[in-house]
Amino acid sequence: MSGLTFTLRHAPDQRLDLSGLTASRLAGLGTAAIAALPIGTTRAGLKVGDIFAVTGDDVADIRFVGGSERFDRIGERHAEGSILVEGDVGQRAGRLMSGGTLEIRGSTGPFAGSALSSGTLTIMGDAGDDLGGPLAGEMAGLRGGTVNVLGTAGARAGNRMRRGTILVGGAAGEHAGARMIAGTLVVGGKAARGAGTLMKRGTIILAGGADATGPTFVDNGPADLLIFRLMAKAFAVAPFPDALFDGSPMRRLAGDTAVSGMGEIFLPLG
Amino acid sequence: MAALIRNGVTIDDTFAEAFPMSGAGIIVTAVNERWVMAAALSMTGFATSVIACGCEAGIDRMLSPEETPDGRPGVRILIFGMSPDGLEKQLVTRLGQCILTSPSSACYAGLEGETKINLGNGIRYFSDGWQISKKFGGRHFWRMPVMEGEFLCEAETGMTGKAVGGGNLLFLAANASHALRAAEAAVDAIHKVEGAIMPFPGGVVRSGSKIGGKYKGMMASTNDAFCPTLKGVTNSVLGPEIGSVLEIVIDGVTSEVVAEAMRVGLKAVVDLGAEEGALRVSAGNYGGQLGPHHYHLKDLAP
Repeated sequence: MSGLTFTLRHAPDQRLDLSGLTASRLAGLGTAAIAALPIGTTRAGLKVGDIFAVTGDDVADIRFVGGSERFDRIGERHAEGSILVEGDVGQRAGRLMSGGTLEIRGSTGPFAGSALSSGTLTIMGDAGDDLGGPLAGEMAGLRGGTVNVLGTAGARAGNRMRRGTILVGGAAGEHAGARMIAGTLVVGGKAARGAGTLMKRGTIILAGGADATGPTFVDNGPADLLIFRLMAKAFAVAPFPDALFDGSPMRRLAGDTAVSGMGEIFLPLG
Repeated sequence: MAALIRNGVTIDDTFAEAFPMSGAGIIVTAVNERWVMAAALSMTGFATSVIACGCEAGIDRMLSPEETPDGRPGVRILIFGMSPDGLEKQLVTRLGQCILTSPSSACYAGLEGETKINLGNGIRYFSDGWQISKKFGGRHFWRMPVMEGEFLCEAETGMTGKAVGGGNLLFLAANASHALRAAEAAVDAIHKVEGAIMPFPGGVVRSGSKIGGKYKGMMASTNDAFCPTLKGVTNSVLGPEIGSVLEIVIDGVTSEVVAEAMRVGLKAVVDLGAEEGALRVSAGNYGGQLGPHHYHLKDLAP
């Protein structure tokens, strides 16, 4: 068996809904049946075969050769096996994932890893807004698993996350970790203003510093915590070329006291 | 009784009889070895025998900073109980009173067992609502605010039902100093066996016991057959040349570990020789009727 491969024939002329191309949805289908699946989002009735050349048969090892910011909902509800995209994708990549791995060797649109509950989503480029966040009306964002972003993240990374880990190698946009319920968000670069706004519990480590946090965060002073060392060691793994932080003491801000005040933001000393 | 003689030391044709136990392991770290030992000695104190202590515990080995999760010096502690529930209760109680309280300490899982039992899960409510749960890298930790700063404790550790308690060696010597020298040699050798502990003080017990006694309610009483001052007045197994007896009791995470510990202990005493140490080595059993694990000295002799 060889990995199921979707090779992009030409740039799509409309947004694509690729949520059907996961192991559980494709199991038992032959190449011809897969090529006949609908992926269009307009009246044109686009099929997989119109956009991709399909080869291979192992649905546990799916590969997209080529990408586009019009690749929406890739790996949605992905539960087992691996999906690799050699290019950019659009919105909602890995949304509601519950297992397996999804690797994007490019950048993503908004809502990547939205409400992901288990498994690992890795974005080698930049992530758009609302990384791991909930769609409108949902109570929680990330519920478990791990999201790695090598590049930057847009606004509201980790919005309403309640479990799991988000690691961002580069900078983060405004309101990183806003309304966090629990979990761990690490930003290697600088975080824009408003990090942790209205967070209830959870841990935000801003290793590259941050613009102003809200006035309802309380400075606890320097904290030399063993958990830094364990996290630094656990997070210093692929795909990050360098450790996001080194485990040394950091300044602790408790908050957001506008809500329960049980959360924490860590900033570099000084 | 046919016996082997090695380097002048007589090895009785008998066996140690041991019992299945539940075993768990933890790793305790601290800022330096002084405070590692403070926590470890406190936690494993009064844990010599399940007869009255509720568990048997000891230090398996010291860990270098490279071997511990947080890069500080540490120690691996093994704790054994007669039942999983009793073991968990003892572990959590000792964790709360002896590790949590000890300056700079942290506690991690120290055994990959078939089942999990509580560590931090069992004491987190001490934090009165301020405890912080952290799950990453497949592990679960509790961060507990304390006056010193923060106590970090893994949520669970592994427990094995395949542990064995009660492996033992008896060193029969001309006098107490020779018996002690033999026991010390054996203790030093057995410390190098990973997964085995000797729960008695310094690894040695001088008051080995038999089951029951003449007084009502006594679960154990002195092993009069091995008491040198009772030669002639009781059914003694000591010859005229024996003036003192010491015992080592061994608990291990598997039966193989206990056998290995007894083997290296026996070798150390044989290497020491009869002039300096034990004249005779024996082992304690109950006729083979009680414990499923039998360790025959003739199979372990060097």
